[in-house]
Amino acid sequence: MSQMPRPDTTELRAKYPGVFERPASARLAMPAMIAAALAIFVFGLVDLDFSPSRLIAGLGQLGWITMLMLPPNPGSSFPLYMQALGETLSIAVLGTTLAAVLALPVSLLAARNIIPSNLIRFPVRRFLDSIRGVDTLIWALVWINVVGLGPFAGVLAIMVSDFGAFGKLFSEAIEAADRKQVEGIRASGGNALHEIRFGLLPQVLPVIAGQVLYFIESNTRSATIIGIVGAGGIGLQLAEQIRVLEWQKVSFLILMILIAVAAIDFISSKLRFAIIGQRAVV
Amino acid sequence: MATAVSILPAQQLATLEDAYRKSVARKRLKAALATAAFCAVLVIAAFGAEVNLRTLFTYFGNFVSYFDRILTLDSGARVWTDPAEWFWGWHKWLKMLGETILISYVGTLTGAVLAFALNFFAAQNTSPGPWVRFTIRRLLEFARTVPGIVFALIFVIAFGLGPMAGVLAIAIHTTGALGKLFAEIVENADMKPVEGIRSTGASWLSCMRFAVLPQVSAGYASYALLRFEINVREASVMGFVGAGGIGQELVVAIRKFYYSDVSAILITIIVTVFIIDISTGWLRGRLFGKETRR
Repeated sequence: MSQMPRPDTTELRAKYPGVFERPASARLAMPAMIAAALAIFVFGLVDLDFSPSRLIAGLGQLGWITMLMLPPNPGSSFPLYMQALGETLSIAVLGTTLAAVLALPVSLLAARNIIPSNLIRFPVRRFLDSIRGVDTLIWALVWINVVGLGPFAGVLAIMVSDFGAFGKLFSEAIEAADRKQVEGIRASGGNALHEIRFGLLPQVLPVIAGQVLYFIESNTRSATIIGIVGAGGIGLQLAEQIRVLEWQKVSFLILMILIAVAAIDFISSKLRFAIIGQRAVV
Repeated sequence: MATAVSILPAQQLATLEDAYRKSVARKRLKAALATAAFCAVLVIAAFGAEVNLRTLFTYFGNFVSYFDRILTLDSGARVWTDPAEWFWGWHKWLKMLGETILISYVGTLTGAVLAFALNFFAAQNTSPGPWVRFTIRRLLEFARTVPGIVFALIFVIAFGLGPMAGVLAIAIHTTGALGKLFAEIVENADMKPVEGIRSTGASWLSCMRFAVLPQVSAGYASYALLRFEINVREASVMGFVGAGGIGQELVVAIRKFYYSDVSAILITIIVTVFIIDISTGWLRGRLFGKETRR
């Protein structure tokens, strides 16, 4: 096999100096960023009391816990757990639906093509942003103070925190809608309400329905955790069993959550395809 | 200019209109049935969740007045009249906030590195074998589906109270979430460069390094930054179960009814989340141009 002769690059070098001789700052930027990221990482490890001995001891403990978890066994509480799971699913469905209903009118106010004035849009958007900045668990704690312990507080918590998310997503869907159909309605003599109903809603509704279904899916996960602070559902049982170290029950509950989430995933992806056809949801 | 619009003969028109009416009626029936089914689900859910509208209406005033109370100082004055009194614990809170951000940073980075190590095995086009792919996929799914705070609850018992449990919980959850997204990016990558590199006799590792990685690294960094934003929010509640960060202070303030503290801590959290949202958004735009932003 013969070696290829090395091509003469002097001409190319002269022609494209930017490719062959990048300035030192460009070449050093990447390593410098990586070094900085690593430095912060190490500082974090030290500051957060990481130590190899703690890690090894903890992993040993974790191994024990995993051994104790097998086999998953609900004991005699299976009916109770099923009821709690039903509660969780109810919280997710109801909270998400209420949030969507409340968010729809507000999202119109936050959409650029409906309300051109910054004066209204800006405060509405910041308001939605600050609702989203607060975690569902915090809302659950607040609502527990208001309506007491129980699943109802969970519904309201999911409602409020999703309201912020939906407001933003819906308004983005509305802004992405095609202008031409609205213009068509106006050209045929429709008023502003007709424009929204016949020009905008048919475009936006499938997107919104897809998002709501997706959120029901992800809220099944959120609904499992708000129980940890006392807002009902299967999370309440899970947190209790973890605290009393009943590991077989814990693993059974985790298994139940996994199965429920997988089932909801399956159903909602079928429904989503039925509503919006075979294209991906954004 | 007048244009003649041709109108069909009555007979043809009648069949057309009939067909139109039928198809509309079918569509309406479907929509009505779907709505009815949905309402039924809602009613069942309302019973399941013990919805009690009387409680809501009786106590709704409490919800409004709660915000009134958290915006009032112990002295009875509005909080913004005396910021020094309102943010009396800013020194401590800022420290806890720093801890929260560090927890999410270390957790995100660890999770991203793990996800990076695993995702080539999980993606359809680069996985060395179907068995490896299946196992890794199920593992990632498990890590993603179990909520982070449940991991935190278990880790607090295994590793002891403190931020370490929070970091590990976030790292595991991030591995699951990012592993899936990374694998999807790899599946969308162009395979021609891989063929090119392989034709020179390179190993699997070199193929990944020189053919796949240059295509996907921008997407990876973008998703990792997005995940960092989400994890800051998540880390802010890790303290609820004793896994470090500002959540500890917040839950104490809420449970013990230190009203003005609640609003002060909430505002510090919201402002931090804002700043991090904006700066990571800026960074993503800066690094990868507008088109990779999601």
